[in-house]
Amino acid sequence: MKRSTRRRLTQAVLYAVLLGLVLLLALVADWDAIRANFFAPGGFDSAEAWKELFTVGVKNTLIYTAIAFFGGLALAVVLALMRLSPLGPYRWLATAYVELFRGLPALLVILFMAFGIPIAFQWTPPGGSVGAGVIGLVLIAGAYMAETLRAGIQAVPKGQTEAARSLGMSAGRTTVSIVLPQAFRIVIPPLTNEFVLLIKDTALLFVIGFLAEQRELTTLARDAVSSGPTAGTSTSYIQAAVLYLIITIPLTQLVSYLERRQRRSR
Amino acid sequence: MSTAAGQVPAIDIKDLHKYFGDNEVLKGIDFHVDDSQVVCVIGPSGSGKSTLLRCVNRLEEPTSGQIMVEGIDITDPETDLDQVRSRIGMVFQQFNLFPHMSVLQNLVIAQRHVKRRGKDEAVQVARRNLEKVGLADREGAYPAHLSGGQQQRVAIARALSMDPDMMLFDEPTSALDPELVGDVLEVMKDLASEGMTMMVVTHEMGFAREVGDKLVFMDGGVIVEEGDPAEVLANPQHRRTQSFLSKVL
Ligand SMILES: Nc1ncnc2c1ncn2[C@@H]1O[C@H](COP(=O)(O)OP(=O)(O)OP(=O)(O)O)[C@@H](O)[C@H]1O
Ligand SMILES: [Mg+2]
Repeated sequence: MKRSTRRRLTQAVLYAVLLGLVLLLALVADWDAIRANFFAPGGFDSAEAWKELFTVGVKNTLIYTAIAFFGGLALAVVLALMRLSPLGPYRWLATAYVELFRGLPALLVILFMAFGIPIAFQWTPPGGSVGAGVIGLVLIAGAYMAETLRAGIQAVPKGQTEAARSLGMSAGRTTVSIVLPQAFRIVIPPLTNEFVLLIKDTALLFVIGFLAEQRELTTLARDAVSSGPTAGTSTSYIQAAVLYLIITIPLTQLVSYLERRQRRSR
Repeated sequence: MSTAAGQVPAIDIKDLHKYFGDNEVLKGIDFHVDDSQVVCVIGPSGSGKSTLLRCVNRLEEPTSGQIMVEGIDITDPETDLDQVRSRIGMVFQQFNLFPHMSVLQNLVIAQRHVKRRGKDEAVQVARRNLEKVGLADREGAYPAHLSGGQQQRVAIARALSMDPDMMLFDEPTSALDPELVGDVLEVMKDLASEGMTMMVVTHEMGFAREVGDKLVFMDGGVIVEEGDPAEVLANPQHRRTQSFLSKVL
């Protein structure tokens, strides 16, 4: 057999196997059960259901994500600079912080912030338990982004600092005007990834228990399982999944695009 | 200079030693640069030329010895280093322009923050210096869009915008394509003829002979020989100088 013939034959077999698998799945699948449980009436076909998922769920998810992200970023800048500090105690403190919060499950931190601290110290967190839970996310995001930022700062060529210092610019001014802007540019892709991770982590806030208008997407979907037109089915989960993907997939695509562009410009 | 012109050397180095760990890179350097003098430093790779230059504005910390810049001891911990550095322009082999800023911003930023100049004045000074290096039309460009030769001339203009009393050059043309070297050397020649005090690490023997007032040959962390450039190049006294020159000329 000629090589080209053999290659074409192999490909044909591979396609045939794939087609067979798809057909098998379609035959085996219980379409009635799928329709009844995942696509129940009053869900995908209901403008009302979508509206609530969107104006309450997506909105709150994005608000909590944004707070966690930008709060975390501010914290990360401080931590990253501390980790690169010439003063040992600052370095150790920042390292301890990063290791602590990267080493713990996010859920545990959220529970501790939402219930542990407020009860122990009679602290009323801004925004109630939800606010405390979001602060938990800030603390975790800060630890991860600190590591990302530190790598970004270290990736800025040493010559940049030397040029700035040789012009008489102070260490602080050099960091703010020369090093950080370049570091941020380097870490935009990994920071966007962190944003996507945070979008998904806001679902953990579910454990706190929300007031109706505070609910994020997953909590809202969970509530629609216990009451409402699609109660008793997983339709609202599927709807929430679609909404999550609409937000996250463009972002992960953006990350790949930015990474490709960065690699080319190097 | 108004104070004690001609009496205090621009740069005066006494018994300078520099270690990197256990590695002694500068082994007792004594050396001075007078006002308006152009001193060229040559020597084989690893002989400590860059380290010597970088000690003059304390990008490297000297291990021992004294470095006076216009009569100010820069190894004294009480010295305001930023203040001293703003009067010493430095030009690097790799240009080191700020890539996230336009050419004009590159020239303005240190003027604003170090010299505390107003925006209009800083821009005016920047434009004057861009004109001087022949790049008045590129002020809006970003470094990535300039050739190496243009980048290096911008770097020179950036240093000049601080109105330095002296300039340090560390192999300013070594990273350039041969056809771009001439423009940069031309700018440096102009500077020299205006009376700028210059310390230049270079492999351009032609420049050293034509523009230099003094030539210093370094090897193994010591100054082996120094003197009039034409003299040293034509008639090196030491064997190490002779063998180095026979390789590069
Ligand atoms: N930051 C540093 N840490 C450790 N060793 C260093 C450092 N910088 C320079 N050295 C060492 O010091 C010696 C002198 O280096 P220097 O860069 O001053 O030489 P040079 O004469 O400028 O050489 P070249 O012509 O290659 O630029 C070399 O052996 C080098 O490896
Ligand atoms: Mg060197």
